[in-house]
Amino acid sequence: MPQPQPPAHPRPADQHPALQHQAPQRPATPPDPAAALSLRGLWKRFGQKIAVAGVDLDVPAGSFYGLVGPNGAGKTTTLSMATGLLRPDFGVATVLGTDMWADTVAAKARLGVLPDGVRLFDRLTGAQLITYAGLLRGMDRATVAERTEDLLRAMDLVGDRDTFVVDYSAGMTKKVALAAALIHAPRVLVLDEPFEAVDPVSAANIRDILHAYVADGGTVVVSSHVMDLVQRMCSHVAVIAGGHVLASGTVDEVRGGQTLEDRFVELVGGRKEGEGLAWLRSSSASS
Amino acid sequence: MVAQLVRLKLTLLLNGYRRSVWQTVGVVLGSLYALSVVALLVVGAVALGTTDPGTAGPVLVLGGAVLVLGWLVIPVFAYGVDATLDPHRFVTYPIPRRRLLAGLAAGGVVSVPGIATALAVLGVTLAWWRSPAAVVAALVGAVGALALCVIGSRALTTVLAPLLESRRSREVLTIVAFVPIMLAGPAIGWFSRRLGEGATDAGAVRRLLADLADVVGWTPLGAPWGVPAAVADDSWGVAAGRLVVLLATLVLAWWVWDRALARTLETPAEGGSKGARGKGLGWFDRFPATPTGAVAARAMTYWLRDPRYSASIAIIPLLPVVLAFAGQGSGGGPGMNVMLVLAPVTAWVLGFTISNDIAYDHTAFALHVATGTTGRTDRWGRALPVLVAGTPLVALFAVLSAGLTGRWSDLPALLGLSLGTLVLSTGVSSAVSAHWLYPVPKPGESPFKQPQGAIGATMVAQGVAGLATFVLALPTLALALVAILLPSPLLGWVTLVVGPGLGVLVLVLGVRWGARRYDQRAPELLQRVLSYA
Repeated sequence: MPQPQPPAHPRPADQHPALQHQAPQRPATPPDPAAALSLRGLWKRFGQKIAVAGVDLDVPAGSFYGLVGPNGAGKTTTLSMATGLLRPDFGVATVLGTDMWADTVAAKARLGVLPDGVRLFDRLTGAQLITYAGLLRGMDRATVAERTEDLLRAMDLVGDRDTFVVDYSAGMTKKVALAAALIHAPRVLVLDEPFEAVDPVSAANIRDILHAYVADGGTVVVSSHVMDLVQRMCSHVAVIAGGHVLASGTVDEVRGGQTLEDRFVELVGGRKEGEGLAWLRSSSASS
Repeated sequence: MVAQLVRLKLTLLLNGYRRSVWQTVGVVLGSLYALSVVALLVVGAVALGTTDPGTAGPVLVLGGAVLVLGWLVIPVFAYGVDATLDPHRFVTYPIPRRRLLAGLAAGGVVSVPGIATALAVLGVTLAWWRSPAAVVAALVGAVGALALCVIGSRALTTVLAPLLESRRSREVLTIVAFVPIMLAGPAIGWFSRRLGEGATDAGAVRRLLADLADVVGWTPLGAPWGVPAAVADDSWGVAAGRLVVLLATLVLAWWVWDRALARTLETPAEGGSKGARGKGLGWFDRFPATPTGAVAARAMTYWLRDPRYSASIAIIPLLPVVLAFAGQGSGGGPGMNVMLVLAPVTAWVLGFTISNDIAYDHTAFALHVATGTTGRTDRWGRALPVLVAGTPLVALFAVLSAGLTGRWSDLPALLGLSLGTLVLSTGVSSAVSAHWLYPVPKPGESPFKQPQGAIGATMVAQGVAGLATFVLALPTLALALVAILLPSPLLGWVTLVVGPGLGVLVLVLGVRWGARRYDQRAPELLQRVLSYA
């Protein structure tokens, strides 16, 4: 989850003179109650490092929202604070107008979450894990059983329903975790790196499921490293680096005629031209 | 390589202490405790040296053998071996295994117990101050003993680790563990017979110890200590023989460790249940379809399927057998009264098992946080399987021990104490586990692995839970003792009412407090287990 790594940004938040001593202020604009997810002045520090330094973001209801940024940019930390997994030092996060940190249970009931970098209860079978998530959400047995079947089929896991999750491949594990996040038909889905290690066929199936979900009025937030995927799949995008939102809006607004990847590199910087590791080129080098 | 790994271990050790205040406090307390024990041992050894060598030798041989035995056995059954320098982390580096092994062995000494043992074995050589030749022999023996402790414990756990990962071999291992217990019976009998022959004579006790030490000094456990004892007696032949035993043991342990490590490095550990399949929804069909029922079903599944839980449960069926043997050994008849502790101890162990449950979930706990599972649901869900499975078991054990001792009149008191302790200790665990977490082996890891730098936090958390349980159980315990010792059947029936009553009160309050802490701090608890990754 939140990896307190130094931001790989040319202007890291923890060195920014204006941010060093200034206490974060109350957000100027109140959170948007119509937005699926509305973040105001989110701020998180781990020890000496400021992982997220005042993130403001509105995810419109019904959008397919991509969150992109380099490693250590604060994506996971931001999503953790938005989904109730990590308490922010300052700031507000609301889910469809419900304050995550004031009315936690109600806010979490509307959210489906796929966190990155956490284990699953992997001594359960795939079917048991999905059932467990449904029952924890307070659903009745019949509905849970019916939806578990549907989800297993949609994720192509029917044949492995009775296999323990510990024996699943990385991609199958992602899929079963996604199924567990979907079972209570949440209105907002927050997925941290959902396509990592998932094979192309399964990824396409998952994308279809997500598109259908958005078409029916749901909202999806995904974080990703893969710009191509975000450009093709998402309606909106936000670029995060060094704990700040550098740009946000519809994909077309943000990329402004360029490819998203070029625009991203332009915003974030950090490309190294020429140089490189000279000693790595020669295949004859020893030691 | 040796220097590099020792430096790495030192750095890790020091960094570990900087991670949290509690860890530092735990380590400082642990180090102080270890140091005082070492100081006491050294002072004792010097004092021992002033008496005649006929006493000092046997005492050192027997004490030393117990120390080595502790190093070999404790990691297997209790704490696991310190996994700071996990050999699997060096797999990708081109290090010859011989040098890696030497480095790991040297690094194994760099830990609180390792340093304490090193200081103790070196300090104890002062016991031979009256005979310079014996001091030299003792120093050689001390180095050998230290090497035997470290290498022997690594060899044993490396050999056993793959075995423990499958359920069948764990059962076999449990049965193997019976052997020393069964031998303990006759040994205690022999010992008490010898004691009985010369109970009035201090010399007889000394002769008995000397006889015992003569034998133990030839075993791998006692050989490092037997060498100086033989030198002090001027029996050079015996000393040489014991030195050969010591060296042969070291070579053998080294070879076993080397082979076992080679095997585990080439075929890395897999999840224990590889290829196994569940059937249907298991416990999820049997518990009610509520969030609490789901947590209970999940916990029940883990108790049976996760080696980290089932290993501690495997001890429980052993308890009556161990106690029966102990009772037989101490002469049967009134000695069998030992059996009376069976049910209360089982109850306490069962309740204690869930005292660090969230750490056992590890980051899978994120599911509870993400779904907004409330503290009430989480706490009751974890407590229920213990109560559901524990109540009949504890009641059965109480009846069993009353039957074996023939003390049926004490059954009400025994039942009251046992059931009360089960409920009460579950309540304490429910409260404690929402506040004090300490690192445990991660899911899928060998139950032998002791996470780095965790001993301090473990001691603090377990100490708090143990003390709280003891204090709260004190009224019931006193009542039950009075009822049994007087004996008063009326008080026995009172215990049967008061014990469970008090237990339920503690359970309700403990769950309520734990649930409130959980609701306040669930995200922080998640961050804590994330930091164990």
